[in-house]
Amino acid sequence: MTTELIRLLAFLVGIIAFAALNAAYLVWVERKGAAHFQRRIGPKEVGPYGLLQPLADGAKLMSKQLLIPDGVDPILFKIAPLMVLVPAVMSFVTIPFGEHLAARNIDLGLLMVFAFASINVLGLLLGSWGSANKYAVIAAARVISQNIAYEIPMLLTAIALVMATNTMNLNEMVSLQGGGFWHWNLIKLTFTASPLTPIAFLIFFTTMLAETNRAPFDMAEAESELVAGSFTEYSGMGFGVFFMGEYANIVIGAALTTVLFLGGWQSPLPFLPNSVVWFLMKMYVIIFTVVWIRWTFPRTQFYALLNLSWKVLIPISLVNLIVTAGWLKVF
Amino acid sequence: MDQNLYSAEGLAGVVFLGLLAATVAGALIAVNAKRLVRSVAGLSLCFTGVAGLYYFLNSPFVALMELLIYVGAVCVAIIFAVMLAEPRAEEKVGKSSGLGSLFGVIAGGLVFIGLATVSTKSHWSIAKTKINTGSVTELGSSLMTSYSMVFELISVVLLVAIIGALVLALPGRDKE
Repeated sequence: MTTELIRLLAFLVGIIAFAALNAAYLVWVERKGAAHFQRRIGPKEVGPYGLLQPLADGAKLMSKQLLIPDGVDPILFKIAPLMVLVPAVMSFVTIPFGEHLAARNIDLGLLMVFAFASINVLGLLLGSWGSANKYAVIAAARVISQNIAYEIPMLLTAIALVMATNTMNLNEMVSLQGGGFWHWNLIKLTFTASPLTPIAFLIFFTTMLAETNRAPFDMAEAESELVAGSFTEYSGMGFGVFFMGEYANIVIGAALTTVLFLGGWQSPLPFLPNSVVWFLMKMYVIIFTVVWIRWTFPRTQFYALLNLSWKVLIPISLVNLIVTAGWLKVF
Repeated sequence: MDQNLYSAEGLAGVVFLGLLAATVAGALIAVNAKRLVRSVAGLSLCFTGVAGLYYFLNSPFVALMELLIYVGAVCVAIIFAVMLAEPRAEEKVGKSSGLGSLFGVIAGGLVFIGLATVSTKSHWSIAKTKINTGSVTELGSSLMTSYSMVFELISVVLLVAIIGALVLALPGRDKE
């Protein structure tokens, strides 16, 4: 009993540290990445390669005054950043980093991640409405239409995977992808997943970008149109917590993509040992791709964004679902 | 209470009380808030508490669905509707009459007393054997076999709702 409590406590501390460190250093990755994609240098003054920049940023954000403008809804304004961060941290509970490295191996892990991820939009919404700012409210209206539109194809592709693997337990899903990279769900060359899975992967990745409000779908914070969208009125650590939540959500999205399609902690070649290192490598490759996409593609138009989901992604993911069902029935 | 607060049961009890408090507080906020958006925020707190209570009832699937559907979809849809409506419409207009709220309290109290009496006084017989494991697999197969009629009827209701929304929205498109 005591060991179980200690284990849970260790995981609690570990998860919070992991989320916070990732949030801090993804900002650095983002700034360095942006700089190099644009042939600049990026942060370089604080520490070697600017590696201590996140600490300096954190100190700056924490020492800044928390401005609460007139006319805002004080309670909602303060709660909203937490409502973005806390559910994201909760989702880490069931992510299997390694074969035995998951805080709780929940049978409904996939559902749990989706359930907590769906609260994130409520936080953005209440924060924008609470800050009584027109730009923020416009951003909120956009965020909701975007989230409703992209949650459907995301869930549809996930359901197709659940049908193929017959489980919602994330660790079990990873175990089923063992034995080399040709067993990963992405390109499963055995007859247990539908042949459309690579397309499902693309859909899932696109919806993941949209759900985490990343460019080219960053409608919540379209800085050239809406000042800073939902975050317009936030200063100091309020802004900081919002951004930690955003980056934690990106980490969750990348981790989920890794687990569902890229074999989680399974090694790519059968003779190499499975370990958490593979998981982290795959996850960071995906996160790097997310940064890469942000600084390569311009933001889409809002109507194009909605059309992409309703007219392209949802029909294709429905076809994927039907093909998967038929495939499973035939083979 | 002889149970130690620091034992696992004690901790679980504290979490349970917290969830109860969240449910009741959320419900009170939802009823009493002056602004509609705050009411919805209270409602989402209430739903989160209820989801936690479901988890305590050993049905994590229902708990997660409560979060996914009620907090993640229903509350978001309500706020969306509020935002699209007139900005003034979100303020509560007029005061509710004292007599009305008195009757409300009495009616609510009677319902509460009735339910409480039923749940404490009646003899709950525990099933000798577990009917099923309550897993998603069981749930799915019973939805597709014994309860397929209900399932189909619900989908018909949803279809009607979608068609209704389309019919309402269609004239708006030609205006511009």
